[in-house]
Amino acid sequence: MSEHTEQGAHGHVVPIGVYVAVFLALMCLTALTTGVAYIDLGKWNTVAALAIAVVKMLLVVLFFMHVKYAHGLTKVVIIAGFFWLGIMITLSLSDELTRGWEINPTGWTSVIPFLHHLF
Amino acid sequence: MSTATADIHHDPVESNVNYLNASYGIKSWLFTVDHKRIGLMYLAVLTFMFTIGGVAATLMRLNLVEPQGALVEPETYNKLFSTHGIIMVFFFLVPSIPATLGNFLIPIMIGARDVAFPKLNLLSWYLFVTGCGFAIFAIISGGVDTGWTFYPPYSSLYSHTPVVIMALGIFIAGFSSILTGLNFVVTIHKMRAPGMTWFRLPLFIWAMYATSLIFILGTPVIAITLFLLGLERLFHVGIFDPAIGGDPLLFQHLFWFYSHPAVYIMILPSMGVISELITAFSRKKIFGYSFIAFSSLAIAVISFVVWGHHMFVTGQSVYAGLVFSVLSFIVAIPSAIKVFNWTATLYKGSISYQAPMLYALGFIGLFTIGGLTGLFLASLATDVHLNGTYFVVAHFHYIMVGGALMGYLGGIHFWWPKITGRLYPDLWARIAAAIVFIGFNLTFFPQFVVGYWGMPRRYAVYPAEFQFLNVMSSAGASVLAVGYVIPLIYLTWSMRYGPPAGRNPWGAKGLEWTTLSPPPTENFDVPPIVTEDAYNYPYAEATHV
Amino acid sequence: MSELAAHDAHAHPPGFAHQFEDVAQQKEAGTLGMWAFLVTEILFFGGMFTSYIIYRSLHLDGFIIGSHLLEVQFGATNTAVLICSSLTMALAIRSAQTGKSKGTIITWLILTMILGAAFLVVKLTFEWYPDYVHHIVPGAYFGFQNHAAWGANAPYVQMFMCFYFFMTGLHALHMVVGLGILTVLVIMTARNKFSPEYYTPLEISGLYWHFVDIVWIFLFPLLYLIGGRYPGS
Repeated sequence: MSEHTEQGAHGHVVPIGVYVAVFLALMCLTALTTGVAYIDLGKWNTVAALAIAVVKMLLVVLFFMHVKYAHGLTKVVIIAGFFWLGIMITLSLSDELTRGWEINPTGWTSVIPFLHHLF
Repeated sequence: MSTATADIHHDPVESNVNYLNASYGIKSWLFTVDHKRIGLMYLAVLTFMFTIGGVAATLMRLNLVEPQGALVEPETYNKLFSTHGIIMVFFFLVPSIPATLGNFLIPIMIGARDVAFPKLNLLSWYLFVTGCGFAIFAIISGGVDTGWTFYPPYSSLYSHTPVVIMALGIFIAGFSSILTGLNFVVTIHKMRAPGMTWFRLPLFIWAMYATSLIFILGTPVIAITLFLLGLERLFHVGIFDPAIGGDPLLFQHLFWFYSHPAVYIMILPSMGVISELITAFSRKKIFGYSFIAFSSLAIAVISFVVWGHHMFVTGQSVYAGLVFSVLSFIVAIPSAIKVFNWTATLYKGSISYQAPMLYALGFIGLFTIGGLTGLFLASLATDVHLNGTYFVVAHFHYIMVGGALMGYLGGIHFWWPKITGRLYPDLWARIAAAIVFIGFNLTFFPQFVVGYWGMPRRYAVYPAEFQFLNVMSSAGASVLAVGYVIPLIYLTWSMRYGPPAGRNPWGAKGLEWTTLSPPPTENFDVPPIVTEDAYNYPYAEATHV
Repeated sequence: MSELAAHDAHAHPPGFAHQFEDVAQQKEAGTLGMWAFLVTEILFFGGMFTSYIIYRSLHLDGFIIGSHLLEVQFGATNTAVLICSSLTMALAIRSAQTGKSKGTIITWLILTMILGAAFLVVKLTFEWYPDYVHHIVPGAYFGFQNHAAWGANAPYVQMFMCFYFFMTGLHALHMVVGLGILTVLVIMTARNKFSPEYYTPLEISGLYWHFVDIVWIFLFPLLYLIGGRYPGS
């Protein structure tokens, strides 16, 4: 029959201690992201907030959603979802952020249009 | 392909219990969880929706026999082309092969008893019917005039038509297709019979798998886009509203992120059907199995990065246009690979010309024309001239009608004996296929010419010098319509009067041809075990009764 | 006797569906199906996240002003509430896995529901309703003419508030659906449907609930913390 795990129907039982540790980590990270907002880091405020959010997401995905103990297929599915979101964001931004770019390059940079924007 | 022990030369008589006669009454159909019955229920609804879309097209073509419009006012014409596009795209082509042939065949082709989630499958059908209901209600309320593309700010701020109701219908139908795609992906991953490895799967399954990936990844985006459009119409404020800094082009990005892959939803299943037909009617192993399998996946993936080619002239940045143009050329490659492999399969094959094969051969020619003309449009410079003209209309009709619809008809005819247990009269089927082919080309080839000459699309009137070709196109449409009606007649006739088909009337390879026609409710009288590769000709024998 | 009849002679737990060969296959199929559905949700919310990213890039100042109209303590509290609810949900599933009594499972499920409801109460009572009173709900009554300090950024403040209400609104809708799912799970548990052999509906509903939590994990910094909250921001 088709692929299924060696664990059979029971699935991996995560120890309560792991759940509690993840919970405490998530609460600390929430406090951290809130606290960091009150410190002036300029552009890095956004980077910090997003980085912390990604770490929190990974904790929930790997432990609460059991992905750490799951099939490779599950991981591929999740990565595919985020990758496709990335495609949508990236290519849409490639239009929205380049509308103002000039299209009359001169000199040797005319060979590759976007270089004109940099020089 | 299988070592099923049932003796194919001594079929049980017609009184075998099958999925059609296992239970009677309307409730046994409306509450069924049998994927085969659900497939047939979809077939009924889809035929009805196709008729509505076809009526809209008929009225359009009748109007276009005269340069000043022969039939309707421009405002009404706007509603006609919008209705035609919306119904044909969202309520016919997108679900067509997946919901009918996909639902019916996928479990049987992989050797399973049903799909992974049969009740979800039934829910998909009810959602689809509900979506159709909202769409029909919107049409009866006057119809929308925004085009099937719903671009704001016209659709959000200015149109006085039932946009929200129509959008709601599409939203619900979209949810139906998401659940179908989800069901198919899980079924194909988890429910294959013993011995059915990935590379023994029929290519129809690979095509359906790739299509289901697009269902899952793309459809939610059209859902949120229409949802946001609806909010903007209802609350008179929203994220596409220029008054608060909104960018109407953002709508187009989100819309086409789905709608371009959607056109591959419409063609990939048809390509899967063609792979089955070409090999069966050449009685020869398909050439380049892995190439065709991987090209289906490649098409599904690359289809997601080309959507900007619909926006070359809308104000999108030139740089994004360059990127999308290059990627649009690349997406043609896997399709071309398929055409080469089908052609190589035909070479030195033992070819027979029953109706399904006629549709398949027609597909190869017409899809090639449609695909090549797409490259004219993928090229930025020529697109500036051709965008918004009938050249585009002809291009996509060559693919959608000359391609997808011909594959749909070919597949319906090929698997009809399996679905109904009856043979249809092949002479009439071949006549109909020829009429469809001739009518199709008469309708749409002139549109390439008239589009190239500059006739805009979505216009109720046109310059007088284009009249001759428009009249030819409308005349062709009437021939095409005849070609579509004829199968309705003989297929219906065959359900009662057609001779019994037996298990394998075509002598084809595939698990579906090893079981009874029609199949029992649980698909196989003997659960299959797979020991051979796909298309392992020439060991099959025809079992004509 | 056919293989199908022989197969039926095996004992299967309640809830076993016969298109499958065994419970393990059913669990794997159910889990894969739910993950596929969550991918659709990533793309569904993703359309709004994409739009948000674009407009924030183009109109950052307006977005900062809008973000500062929101009150961080409620966003942070709600984040904590949802994290607690994820813990209780995980513990509910673990109780079923380890054969605890249905009373235990139901207790954890109801705690999850209470926390989810608390989230919605905070949202409605302390955020949305005051926003309505203070005229920062987008639309005809959006009060930016009272805030001359916004200057040229005023339209983009309203744009930000559109995102705030659309995104948290869609999220809240998913929470409500989640509460409905949890109610069904409580009833199923009370009817002895679950055991260490079969608890798939709990597992996959847990995945949904955690996903809704993750959406909020991103919404909190992206909506409440734009441009920082330090003096001078």
